[in-house]
Parts: sequence; structure tokens; C-alpha cells
Amino acid sequence: MDFFTLLIQVLNAVQYGLLLFLVAAGLTLIFGMMGIINLAHGSFYMIGAYLSFGLAPIVAQTIGGGFLVTLVVGLIFAIFLGYLLEWLFYSYLYERDHLQQVLMTYGLILVFEEIRSLLLGDDVHSVAIPAWLSASVQLGDIMTYPIYRLFISGICLLLAAAMLIVLTKTRLGMMIRAGSVNREMTQSLGVNIQFLYRLVFASGVAIAAFAGMIAAPVTSVYPGMGQSILIICFVVVVIGGIGSIRGALIASLLIGFVDTFSKVLLPNVAGVLVYVLMATILLWKPSGLFKAGS
Amino acid sequence: MKKSQLFFLLILASVLVFLPQISSEYVLDWLTKTMIFAIFALSLELLVGQTGLVCFGQSAFFGIGAYTAVLFSAKVDHTYLGYLLPLAIFAAALYALIVGALSLRTKGVYFIMVTLAFAQMAYYVIHDTPLGGGTDGIYLYHKPIIFRDLVLEGSIFIYFFTTICLFLVLGFLGLLSSSRFGRALIGIKINELRMRAMGFETYWYKLVAFVISGAIAGIAGFLFAMKDGFVNPEILSWHLSGAVLMMIILGGLGHLRGAVIGAFTYALLEELFRSEIIFGSFSKNWHLGLGLTLILSVALLPKGLFGIRDQLQKSLPLYLANFKKLPKTKL
Repeated sequence: MDFFTLLIQVLNAVQYGLLLFLVAAGLTLIFGMMGIINLAHGSFYMIGAYLSFGLAPIVAQTIGGGFLVTLVVGLIFAIFLGYLLEWLFYSYLYERDHLQQVLMTYGLILVFEEIRSLLLGDDVHSVAIPAWLSASVQLGDIMTYPIYRLFISGICLLLAAAMLIVLTKTRLGMMIRAGSVNREMTQSLGVNIQFLYRLVFASGVAIAAFAGMIAAPVTSVYPGMGQSILIICFVVVVIGGIGSIRGALIASLLIGFVDTFSKVLLPNVAGVLVYVLMATILLWKPSGLFKAGS
Repeated sequence: MKKSQLFFLLILASVLVFLPQISSEYVLDWLTKTMIFAIFALSLELLVGQTGLVCFGQSAFFGIGAYTAVLFSAKVDHTYLGYLLPLAIFAAALYALIVGALSLRTKGVYFIMVTLAFAQMAYYVIHDTPLGGGTDGIYLYHKPIIFRDLVLEGSIFIYFFTTICLFLVLGFLGLLSSSRFGRALIGIKINELRMRAMGFETYWYKLVAFVISGAIAGIAGFLFAMKDGFVNPEILSWHLSGAVLMMIILGGLGHLRGAVIGAFTYALLEELFRSEIIFGSFSKNWHLGLGLTLILSVALLPKGLFGIRDQLQKSLPLYLANFKKLPKTKL
């Protein structure tokens, strides 16, 4: 493998890993803070991808904006959706045990998938890359790398940095971390924990949907896309340690590299390798690489 | 055996023996499939309901049982059932031993995810390697012989064979749960630390339960391969693990009957939302109705269908008492 092929694979691995991180970050926060196993989290990624497909023509017609405006509109929609869902469904799950949560969120997956099927059909659609990002960078003599993928990595990096800063350096982050350690105590110190939960949930949904929106031009949109990413994100969350954002970042990059390179070097066992990695890490460290709060 | 348990078994047995007399081929096929899933649900009930171990990778054992049955059948001749069935059970139990020995080192949510990971591993091995015919799956051309000329084929015969298996599994699990071993499992579910303090090596108890559960799932997988004469990798996918988990939660955890009731209810719901007569063109989107029912059942029936009676006994008098207390002028 020469240098440029290697470089391209590394860039792909980073891009895939960072995209996974965006979905997994919301999952691990919801997991760690509210104690909810949210099987429907992959559906939010799917919803995001279909938003970028379905909204683009509507936005172009009514507001007259392009890709960025669609992103903003989609993001607002996703925040609203997350807020509504927390209020309608998830707030009933806090006191229940894990199995009830699994049952309800599984039900939500089915509902989201069918609503998607009713509204937009079951076909595979491609989403156009915006014209101003459709160029490629020349690598070496023959190879090129699309700028859009670099754009994805860049945006993901920015978001990841913003998330880490908000969680570790701000007052809001302090309250979120306190809420995940002890709900009652935080509440008794005068923090509106219910609003905080709703906020965390809504931003988790929004970030997952955002990941779906920017990934859609690369992966195209297809039924069941949420479920495949859900399982991988659970792997990320478990490897990283439940509730740990930093762990999720490292684990998703690890998965990104293992997945990308195993597909290039060992295509026959590519599907298995990620799970082998997870099993090995868990047998070595039964509660993930980073425990929450550390 | 308690009176209500006997009652349940009698009703189930008489319905299952009587139904084939009046039902069509389609209903018979549906009943066989549902009973296979009831056996599968019972295997998971032993882990989730009796031992408190939430396994999210049960489909691996089901699939391995089914694939073993197909792969070890001779291509040109019939194979003996007395050889094929134990082999399928053994293969599933062996994988359960490996998965259990490793994954029981973790707890809670991590256990759920590790069992899922091992099931996904099995899925990708079958899906991506030529060993199991890849995504196309493989056909079973010759069904096994029970003895002499008696071949396990024909929908009525497979139906009764499955019925017998269901009752044997129910009986076995019933005996198991009333034995010392079964009591120890319930003890582990309620408080593992206390059981350890009392001198039980809980790891080994859990491991044995895991292997038994895998073996029973293997029986269900074997029957599934016999019924359809065809296997494909989708029977190892996590959707099936999810669906069977739904069945036992829907039925009510902690009771063997709950698993059977759950499997039948789940299958009935599926049929209901799929029927074109009732839902017309919406029957294509039958997952919508199923999903909404699952959400409603979480909201209204926290203890599953089996817990309805308890729930009513507890809440109805309370509700009535409150109702009487309401001031009448406001109404």
C-alpha cells in the first residue's frame, strides 16, 4: 500500500469514526445521565438523513436556501422532535427497569420506520453534494479525495470540541455531570433537573440527526440505515465506557480505523472484527475503557 | 403443581390437539411456527425471567441449531433424527458455553451488549463465509428419519412433533424451576450478593443456566429448519433476538406461562396488523400497529399480560374506592 492510498484510508477512517462519535455521544449521554437504553437512537440518525433528502426541495422552494439552510431547518426540527419525544414517551421510562425501556424504544423504532415508509417510500435515494463542496483534492498523480468528506470531518471535529468544552468547562456541563451522578441531590441543590434532562435528550437527538444530515450525500439514504448504525454505536458506547464522552470519542475513532482497514486488508472477516474487538476489550476491562466521570 | 398451572396446561394441550382437525394448512403452519417461537421464548425466559440475565443474543443459538441441522444432513439420503437433533442441541450448547463463560464476567448493560456482540459475530460468520451458503441460505433436501420408514415431514406430523417438544420443554423447565437449582437461580435474580454470601458459586449456576438456555434455543432452531426446510442468515440477526425478548416481556417475566402467552400474543398481533381485510392497504405497514401496541403495553402493562390479573386485583378495588369518594356535586 503506497502512501496516498494509506492517507485516503486514514482520512476515511477518521471521517467514519467522527460520524459515529456524533451519534454515539448522544447515546452515551442519555445512557449515562438518564439511565435509558435508547434503541431508537439510530432512528434519529435515519430521520436526519431523510430530512436532508426530503427537506431540500421544500426549503429550496419556500425559503430559497441551499444546503446550509436545509441543515439549519432540519436541526431546528430535530431539536423540536427530541423535546417532544422526551415529554411524550421517555419521561415515563426513568423509573422503569431496563427491559421496559428496551420494549418501548423498540416499539418506537418500528413506528419511525413505518412513518418514514409511509411518507417517503422504501426506495434508496441519493442526496446531491452541494455544488460548492463537490470538488476534489488531488493526491499524488492519480488519486483524488472529495472535499465533502473533509468537510464532514471538519464539522464533526468542531462539534466534538464544542461538546467537550460545554461538558467540562461550563456551568451547564457541570450541572449535566452532576445530574448524571446523583439526580436527587442535584435537584435538591436547586437545579431544574427535568428541564436539564429534556435539554440533554433534545440535543442528543439533534446531534444524531445532524450526523445523518451531513452523512446523507456520502452514504445515500435507505431503509434500515438507522439500525445498522445503532448496533455499531452501542459497541462504541460500551467500549468507551457508558456515560463517558471522551471514551466515546476514542472508541469511535478506534472502531473507525478497525472497520475501514479490515475492509481493505481482510474483507472476509471485516464484519466480525469490530465485535471481536469489543469482546476482547470487555473481557480485559469489563466496564469499558473509560468509566463515566473519570 | 398448582391448580392454575394444571389448568393452563390442560387448556393449551386440548386446544393444540383439537385445532388441526378444523384448521387449514395456513393455520397449521402458523401454529407450528408460533409453537417453535414459544420454545425459543421459553429458552430466553429461563435466562431473563428466572435468572435475571438479559441476553440480547439468543438468536445465535437458534440459528446455530438450525444451521447444524441443515449442514449435517446428508445431501443424498435421509439422516437419523437420533443423530441430528442431539448434534444440533450440542452445537448450540457448545456456543452457549463459550459465550456464557466469557460474557458472564460482565454485568448489567455490558452483559446485554456482549451477548449481542457474540451473536453478531455468529451472524457475520454465517453471512460472509461460504460455510453456510452466504446470504442465500441453504435448503434441507431430505428430512431426517425417526426410525425405519418414518420420516419427519408433512405439516401435520411436524406440527405434532413440535407440540410434543413444546410440552417436554415446558415440563423440563417446570421441574427445573422447582428444583434446588431453579431456586438458586431465582435467588441469584433477586440478590446475587446474598447468594454468594450463603456459599453458592453463582458463576457456575449462571453458566449452567446459560448453556441449558442455549440448548433449548437450539431445539427451537432445529424445529424451525425442519418446518421450512430452509435456513438463511436472517435467523441469526439481532431483530430475532429483539423479537423474542419482546415476546417474553409482553407475556410477563418470571412465569413460564408468560413466555408461551407472549409468543402467541406476539404472533397474533403480527397476523392482526398484517391482515388486509381489517387494515386494507395499511397492512403493508404492519410494523406501525405492532410498534404502537408495544409502546402502549409498556405504558399500561408494566408486568406484562400475565400480570394483568395481579394488576386488576390491586388497582380495581382502589379505583372503585376512590371513585366512591368523589364528591357527586362535581359530576
